[in-house]
Amino acid sequence: MLARDTLTGSRIRERRVAQGIKQADLAREAGISASYLNLIEHNRRRIGGKLLLDIAEVLSVEPALLTEGAGAALIASLRETASDIPQANAELDRVDEFAGRFPGWAQLLSDCRQRITALERNVETLTDRMTHDPHLATSLHEMLSTVTAIRSAASILAEPGEIDPDWQARFHRNIYEDSARLAETSRGLVTYLEADDETATETGAPQEELDAVLEAAGHHVPELERGAPEQQALERLGKGLSAAARGLLQAWLHRYAVDAMALPIEHFAPLTERFGSDVAVLARSSGAEPTRIMRRLAAMPTDILPDPVGLAICDASGVLSYRKPLPDFPMPRFGAACPLWPLYRALNRPMVMLSLPLVQQGRAGVGVWAEALATPIGGIAVNSDPIFEAHMLVRPMPLDQDNLPIPEDVGLNCRVCSKPDCHGRREPSILTSSG
Amino acid sequence: MAGHVLVIEDEPNIIEAISFILSREGWHVATHSNGEDAAEIVRSRAPDVLILDVMLPGRSGYDILRELRGDAATENLPVLMLTARGQSKDREMAERAGASRFMTKPFSNAEVLEAVRALAPA
Repeated sequence: MLARDTLTGSRIRERRVAQGIKQADLAREAGISASYLNLIEHNRRRIGGKLLLDIAEVLSVEPALLTEGAGAALIASLRETASDIPQANAELDRVDEFAGRFPGWAQLLSDCRQRITALERNVETLTDRMTHDPHLATSLHEMLSTVTAIRSAASILAEPGEIDPDWQARFHRNIYEDSARLAETSRGLVTYLEADDETATETGAPQEELDAVLEAAGHHVPELERGAPEQQALERLGKGLSAAARGLLQAWLHRYAVDAMALPIEHFAPLTERFGSDVAVLARSSGAEPTRIMRRLAAMPTDILPDPVGLAICDASGVLSYRKPLPDFPMPRFGAACPLWPLYRALNRPMVMLSLPLVQQGRAGVGVWAEALATPIGGIAVNSDPIFEAHMLVRPMPLDQDNLPIPEDVGLNCRVCSKPDCHGRREPSILTSSG
Repeated sequence: MAGHVLVIEDEPNIIEAISFILSREGWHVATHSNGEDAAEIVRSRAPDVLILDVMLPGRSGYDILRELRGDAATENLPVLMLTARGQSKDREMAERAGASRFMTKPFSNAEVLEAVRALAPA
């Protein structure tokens, strides 16, 4: 085994080759002959003192990196990697040599292990959440218990032969009570699976983490309204987020900051006071793009916009990248939304703003007004098809319009929608037996 | 057939239905709906068969069963466990705790009757 300090030459060679410097050039700049540098690089001559400092300077690295090679943390990580998969029979006694000779590969191996560990932890968290979510478990237990009670009572009543009228009445009453309870429990479960409550705080995926942060912040960032640096907002809102979620938040904050600069709150607020949340009117009066108007409306606090609006943004694949639900228009926490939403229809008619009333199933006929628009991302596409994203703003139904059209009937998503004969259905509903 | 069955379950309408079908078959049925003092009730009632729900207020059915199996007076008591979960690990937990039979909700009346008949001492 080569001792770690005998690999200084290998590290010099590694760095030199990586930087594309010829051996002769490095030797000349360090004031030694090429043949002597060759001996050093093959670990046949020890190196230290001023010569090491000179070579390190030419290579623009810390001298310690050449003499000490890979850090203790990297070595430890490689050892752990080897112990994770003992059947691979990695040469543990040569770990220093490996890290010294191939620092890039060693670091890659270490990074891969860290990534695998992080992914495994995520899978565990998600599995645990699916298995042990206390609210889900309690709701399902209650539903199954109620179904059992109904089934038992119903089968007693369905059996041939006479049953004492008192018992008969009692079982009828039990079935009635249990069916009401079942309806209540299933409604509660559906609400829980929707995105309009505060249970999104236990997060797993980066998008969920971002959703939870934005919900907690009310989708409003005072620092950016004042023109403070985005970093300041990121520090406040990004605490405890995973790196991936932090990246999403950073991108979201940047877009917010650009919007806030283009449409400062002191200019935008009087417009909303005058025109409400009518996107087309606000766009005309401010000269701003309608999608920017939608995002600014979604960012307004209730003291400026007393009737909050909801906003969904999806990419060209239909995945929701932003969601701000309304009580009368919840949005799915996981997976895709109802394909009947104008959000998706807008992707078929880019640059045309769709404006229409909607009512979501199970909302007792309380409708919203929706405006949806698909616009290209990243400016003009040259000799290629643009990629679109779509915005859909939902706002309370206008009160001052006569002859409103009949609201279109849409769902939340297929799983929790019982709309019959829907051409958009992609999977059966859990609310109906026939789907 | 006139054995004694004790039903420990917190869902009153399940209790009522099970009581009805067992009574109709000639069983003497007693019921209880709390987990905390369930083991004590079992000892005092000394049933021939115990029907025990897993998720009870106060204490889980697994805990109650483990205590019963540690007591000479109830170590051989036939116990039918009821649960809303039917995963293999739940079955394993019930078996480890000492359940004689395991039944997942929603079960049928006929299944309960058949299980009680099979568990009852001859």
